[in-house]
Order: sequence, then structure tokens, then C-alpha cells
Amino acid sequence: MCAPTGVEVRVSRVSRTFRTPGQPDVPAVESLDLVAAPGEFVAILGPSGCGKSTLLRMIARLDRPDTGSIDLRDAAGAAAPRDALAYVFQDAHLLPWRDVLGNVALPLELQGRAAGERRDAALRAIERVGLADAAGRHPAQLSGGMRMRVSLARALVTGPRLLLLDEPFAALDEITRQELDDQLRALWADTGATVLFVTHSIAEAVFLAERAIVLTPRPARILLDHPVDLGRARDAALRGDPRFARETRVLYEALRRGAR
Amino acid sequence: MSRLRDTVLPPAATFVLTTAAAELGIRAAHISPLLLPTPSAVARAAVAHAPTLLPALATTAKAVAIGLSLSIAVGLVVAIALSTSRFVERAFYPYAIFFQIVPIVAIAPLLVIWFGYGIRAVVAAAFIVSVFPVIANALAGLLSVDPALRDLFRLYGASGFARLVKLSLPWALPSVLVGLRIAAGLAVIGAIVGEFVGGGGLGVVVLEAMRQQRTDLVFAAVLHAAGLGLALFAAVNVASHFALRRWHSQEDET
Repeated sequence: MCAPTGVEVRVSRVSRTFRTPGQPDVPAVESLDLVAAPGEFVAILGPSGCGKSTLLRMIARLDRPDTGSIDLRDAAGAAAPRDALAYVFQDAHLLPWRDVLGNVALPLELQGRAAGERRDAALRAIERVGLADAAGRHPAQLSGGMRMRVSLARALVTGPRLLLLDEPFAALDEITRQELDDQLRALWADTGATVLFVTHSIAEAVFLAERAIVLTPRPARILLDHPVDLGRARDAALRGDPRFARETRVLYEALRRGAR
Repeated sequence: MSRLRDTVLPPAATFVLTTAAAELGIRAAHISPLLLPTPSAVARAAVAHAPTLLPALATTAKAVAIGLSLSIAVGLVVAIALSTSRFVERAFYPYAIFFQIVPIVAIAPLLVIWFGYGIRAVVAAAFIVSVFPVIANALAGLLSVDPALRDLFRLYGASGFARLVKLSLPWALPSVLVGLRIAAGLAVIGAIVGEFVGGGGLGVVVLEAMRQQRTDLVFAAVLHAAGLGLALFAAVNVASHFALRRWHSQEDET
């Protein structure tokens, strides 16, 4: 497969403050700079409520920065179209009245693609996340981990060049979470898409990412920008490796510094 | 089979026992049939007056069906309009509540003035009392759409129409059905009140029987009206079950 490269993300001096009349302003992100190279897997770490999600939403153009700019460019340097991007939420957020196939095909349907094409692409995405047997089942019949897989397949179905994930596996048990981490890492290696992965789990960030960014508590600023030097091929054994522990400690120290 | 036994047997047993108790109690206490006829007398009246009662039931049922259909159609359209913006909701919702608080008995004569005697006034009465629960519940459902799913639809450039049809309306379906369940019972009440002044149907049978001091026939007519409400309620429940069975895993397993 001639993998087209991922989207380059360029966040320049972005600030975002939430204002509610009669309440103190909440500065979520302040003068933040961040560049993710095409095809890079970047983990964004930070304490809960530090503005990580706000940053991700702004990159997805679901929210606008007050000041600063966010640029998404494809390999040729042109502005990346909106359908080059996919977003995975904290919970699966599936449509309960649709079966797995219908849920996964939804993005293509909203983009106005032909029915046959939708079905084929959706079935491929479902197979990719290992749910081929469950295509006709409804969300209520699936476990939490399976629902999250459907959510992942729904994000993959459009062949995104930039994948934004907002603490996607936070609500899952540890084993399921590690399974999904493995799967996500493999999908990333397959597709060559740029991935921004927001999490508050240090171990998850180290296992998944090529680069980890630690943010300060509100307003979010970059505290540490750290390359995770663990090679490209990663498997479950890596979690017991001393190098894994070393990387984990670096991020842990940074998070603690930020908390003070 | 055991499901039938569990759901049908208990209410059936209650019915048989209370009816038997009423029959025996009324006979033993020698209560005048003018005040309280025995269940058997009511049953005899129902059979004897079936040629009057059944067409009256059909007339009332027709008015209820039209009134309720109007409530669903108008209620949904109003709820969709109210859900489009906070401003529209704030501007108009207080007036939608008018339909809830209006005493239907008081304005029923007005409906006759506007629509004349006959089914139109009755339909209007059924509509007025049943439209608010549809509006209120549909609106609550439309406004409760998962914000993450709204974002998802935005992300893929969905049109407002696609969002309404593929997200908001299906999302609101359980609430709409709850509203419908309430509206169905109210529509029967509205129709009977409408018939008291507008004429026709079970409402007139009740009035006529009262004038002739046929208390047994009053009861028979009231029971027909109650049966109509019950049938509608059951129909909505069955519709809910089939519409929502995929949403809940428990119902899938039965």
C-alpha cells in the first residue's frame, strides 16, 4: 500500500479562555506552540482538566482559539481538508439505534459517499479492529472494550491523515486498554497517519508515542517535550523493559514538577 | 408462555376478585342501582345497548385518533422549531404551556362556537389537551442529544437536516414515546369533554343515560371510554417495545 503521509500540525501561540458571565474567566490554554511532523505519534500528557481536550478540539476545528493560529497541512504543503481528520472521544459515543456496521459507516454517509463504497470501507475498518463477527450487533450488546473498538473503526473508516484521540481508553480495564493500545500502535504503523493522543496515563504515553509532551495545569503550557526513544516495533514485553521504566520516570518527574 | 402467565395473570386475577367483591358487596348492602349498579347489571346494559355503544365508541375513537395524530404532528414540528435556538425556545415555550394549563372544560363551549357541533370541535378538544406532553417530551429529548455526537456530525460536515434526521430525532424517540403515552390517555379525556358540548360519541351516551337515570348505562359507556384509553396506551407500549428493543440489551435477550 502506498501510504500517503500524515498531516502536519502547527499550533502557534494559541490561547483560549472560557468566559461565562458572572463567573471568573477560565484560561484553558495559554500561548501554546506545538508542531507535530507528518506521521508522528505524539502523546499529550497533563493533569485532569488542564486544557488538553480544549487543545484537541481546537485542532479539530470544533472550537476556535482566541488568539494564535492552527495550521494543518498535507504532504504537498496545502491546507489539509477537514475530512483528512478523525476524532475519538473519551467514551465510545455510538448511536444506540444503529448496528456496528451502521455506526462505522456513519462518517462516510455524512460525507455523502455512495452506499456500496460505505459498506465496503466500513467492513474493512471493522475487520481491522477485530470485530468482523460483530458487524450486525447493536452497541447495547457489546462490552465497553468492543464499543471503543467500534469508535476506533468509525474514526478509521474515512482513512484519516490525522487522528485525534482524547483519552479514548481511560474508562477501560487495564487488560482491555493494553490490547487497544497495541492495536492502535499497529494501526498507526499501517496507515502512516499523524496521531495526537491525549492521556493522563504515563505508561500509555510511553508505550504508544514517539514523543511525549507534558502540559502544565491550567492554563496549559508545554512543560516538557520529550522524544520517547524506544524504537518502532513495540510489544507487550516492552512494558517490563528497564528502558520503559526510565522513560516513564522522566515523564513522571515532569508531571510532578508541574503539579507544584 | 411463562411470560404471558407473569404479565397477564396478576391483573386478570385482580379484575376477577374486585368485580366479584363489588358484585357481592353491592348486593349485600342493597345499594340502589341508581347510585351504584352491580357489575353484572353494567354488563347486561353493555350487551343490551351494544347497538348504541359500539358506534359511539367508534365515533369517539375516530375523534381521538385524529386529535392524537394532530398532536403528534404539530407537537413534533413545534418541538423541532423550539429546539433550533435558545431564543426561540425562550420566546415561545411559555405559550406552549398554555395548552397544559388551559381548563378544557371551560373552553369546550368556545370550541363549539369556533368549529360548530360535531367531530371538529371534539377533535380540537382532544388535540388541545394532548399536544403539550408531546411538545414537552419531544423538546426535552431533542435538547438532550449527546454533545460529543453533535461534534461528530459537525466534524464530518453534516447538514442541519442530516443532523435532525440522523441524530436528533432518533435520539429523542424514547422521550417522544413517553410523551405519546401520556398524550394518548389525555386525548380520550379531551374527546369525551368535547362530546359533552359538541355532541356525538360516548360523551353523548353518558349524558343521555344520565338524563334517563340509567346509571348502569353510564358505567357501561365510561368503561368503553376507559377501554379506548387503555388500548391506546397498550398500542404505544407495544410500539415503544419494538422501536427501542435494540437500544437495551435486556430486551434483546427475551
